[in-house]
Amino acid sequence: MLKKISSLPFQGTPEQEAQLKEVIAKHKDDPGAVMPVLQEAQDIYGYLPLEVQLMIAEGLDVPIDEVYGVATFYSQFALSPKGKYNISVCLGTACYVKGSGDVLNRLSSELGIDAEECTMDGKFSLTACRCIGACGLAPVMTVNDDVYGRLTADEVPSILAKYKDA
Amino acid sequence: MEMLNIKINGQDYTVEKNTTILEACHQFGIKIPTLCYLKDINEIGACRMCLCEVKGARSLVAACVYPIDREGTEIFTNTPEIRQNRKTTLELLLSNHDKKCLSCPRSDNCELQTLCLEYGVDETKFVGAETHYEEDHSTLHLVRNNNKCILCRRCVAACKEQFVGVIGPVNRGFDTAIGCAFDKELGEVSCVSCGQCTVVCPTGALVENDNTAAVFKALADPTKHVVVHTAPSIRATLGECFGMPIGSLVTGKMVSALRMLGFDKVFDTNFGADLTIMEEGTEFIQRVKNGGVLPMITSCSPGWVKFAEHYYPDLLPHLSTCKSPQQMQGAMIKSYYAEKAGIDPHDIVVVSVMPCVAKKFEITRDDQGRDGMQDNDISISTRELAKMIKTAGIQFTDLPDGDFDPIMAIGSGAGTIFGATGGVMEAALRTVADVLTGEDLKQIDYNEVRGTDGIKEATYDVAGMTVKVAVASGLKNAAEILDKVRAGEADYQFIEIMCCPGGCVNGGGQPIQPGHVRNFVDLKALRAKALYQDDLGLPYRKSHDNPEIKAIYDEYLGEPGSHLAHELLHTSYVARKKNIL
Repeated sequence: MLKKISSLPFQGTPEQEAQLKEVIAKHKDDPGAVMPVLQEAQDIYGYLPLEVQLMIAEGLDVPIDEVYGVATFYSQFALSPKGKYNISVCLGTACYVKGSGDVLNRLSSELGIDAEECTMDGKFSLTACRCIGACGLAPVMTVNDDVYGRLTADEVPSILAKYKDA
Repeated sequence: MEMLNIKINGQDYTVEKNTTILEACHQFGIKIPTLCYLKDINEIGACRMCLCEVKGARSLVAACVYPIDREGTEIFTNTPEIRQNRKTTLELLLSNHDKKCLSCPRSDNCELQTLCLEYGVDETKFVGAETHYEEDHSTLHLVRNNNKCILCRRCVAACKEQFVGVIGPVNRGFDTAIGCAFDKELGEVSCVSCGQCTVVCPTGALVENDNTAAVFKALADPTKHVVVHTAPSIRATLGECFGMPIGSLVTGKMVSALRMLGFDKVFDTNFGADLTIMEEGTEFIQRVKNGGVLPMITSCSPGWVKFAEHYYPDLLPHLSTCKSPQQMQGAMIKSYYAEKAGIDPHDIVVVSVMPCVAKKFEITRDDQGRDGMQDNDISISTRELAKMIKTAGIQFTDLPDGDFDPIMAIGSGAGTIFGATGGVMEAALRTVADVLTGEDLKQIDYNEVRGTDGIKEATYDVAGMTVKVAVASGLKNAAEILDKVRAGEADYQFIEIMCCPGGCVNGGGQPIQPGHVRNFVDLKALRAKALYQDDLGLPYRKSHDNPEIKAIYDEYLGEPGSHLAHELLHTSYVARKKNIL
């Protein structure tokens, strides 16, 4: 899945920056430091926006393109923040043939965002994920830790409503 | 050295242990096709064009990275299975390639096209994603067209080798593309404009920004006085574009071709190089005498200057304030020459022919030119000049030798060696030594700074003063020296830095030699040899002996470093951001 570069404003705090600097200092002389630093940076910020990747590039003294190349290669890295509720729609084979594509499209139109994006209010983010091992319930989506199975696209609005005011 | 007896295609050979199949085959006169392989800097075995069979191996192997390490290894390079595999690889590459060869600037010098012809591909065999990419026209020096990119990563390796690394693979799988971080265009990142990516690209995905149309337009305008000047190294490389051997010296034919193209004056940038030495040598002596910032670092190479501005802004006071030879020559054409010829400089179009694409950026720099005029109006590369000559139907190899036009016809040997790493240093030392001793020294060969090594150091006794010098070419090597300077660990007085490995002879605007040539010959050494031969045969070998240089100081500039010289021939630098601008 092509990653979406977030257009939401960066809201990093000085505390987060101090934490990241510590991580960078810890790994500075390790070979292949980019990946562990990206992992820890994502733990700190929740995602890897330009500002964070620039700090990593400067801190490790590697070109920004190298950092970005790693960040866009591995699926675990996100360029977009996760919302308060992260919705993952399984696009694994079983879910897909059972219509999870329609579910994803419906979520996308209801929320006004594409997969790998986050709503402006920071409430919902949408992820297209690979098999989560619940093929018997296909098609499946999760909202944070809640699992919804045997879904149809028409059920999407009522499920979203549960979280809208939560 | 352990030698192994092997068989290639049934024939017996002996090779050194751990030679790659590619290297061994080259030794025995067999060309293995390659696309991604670049000796020393991109040995990744990714493109699968070089697949060969090793008897007993589980599958076909990549010849470029497969070391022959067993006695009796049997290799096959040309079986029906291998040919079919390579053909399929090409057809798969074409499945996501725009295939617009007819209008491609690299048509007839494209490694992909050549192989497709050799393997008889069907370009319609597979229909791939046919991804469409917007072309990147955001810089002055090159155009990126990912629709022609085969993801070989040669440009990435070249950029990384330059310690810049602004392009790399982004995203994954079918979405993989070579690009800048966060979808930025090249003009939005700290690209130094060296153009090394354009000389290693096997296809038309990275090409120089073609300015030949502007030159043809100026030549066709009767109200314009169009003057051209050619950099030192062009005479050693232009012939390659016309099938001549690497290292052919073609000064006379080049001048004739330029005159036939219709330029009103054909000047030699070697004159500008000599002028640079007069100013830079004087600046160096003054810095030494007056306790100025040392080590002083040369400033002729615009890719290097831009690298310094992005990556070592704290060291900018070390850079000589001298403009590059291109800029000095342009400034003199629009002042000294314009006055002498009685032409309004606003009616003069100065075209420079350079080994370099960073020169396209340099002509637009701030603190150059005057009265709203640039010192140079258009800068074209060796490749673009060759294209103009071909378009005009000029039969280059048959041309008689022509001579440059006075009053910028003469360049010394010191000027000509500017085109190779170490040349500027040697040229400067020839003049500085004479000035400081007040003699006409006969020993003027500074062999320690010659050669294609990335870093060279030497210590000279110049009129009783010990001068320690360093010479670096290629920005990776430059960075090594600069880190020492930054850390206060360098005791040099004078440093020469050229952006491209080997200097201008290997510049980003030079003729493109395909992988199967550049992997096996030392392009920069062969081309530099021609310049050092040129130096030996010239009547003047020191910049200050050049009679036209003497004349310009007598008649116009006064002394090196004079007020007027400073106004016209010196410049300043600015700190720039690195990574994303």
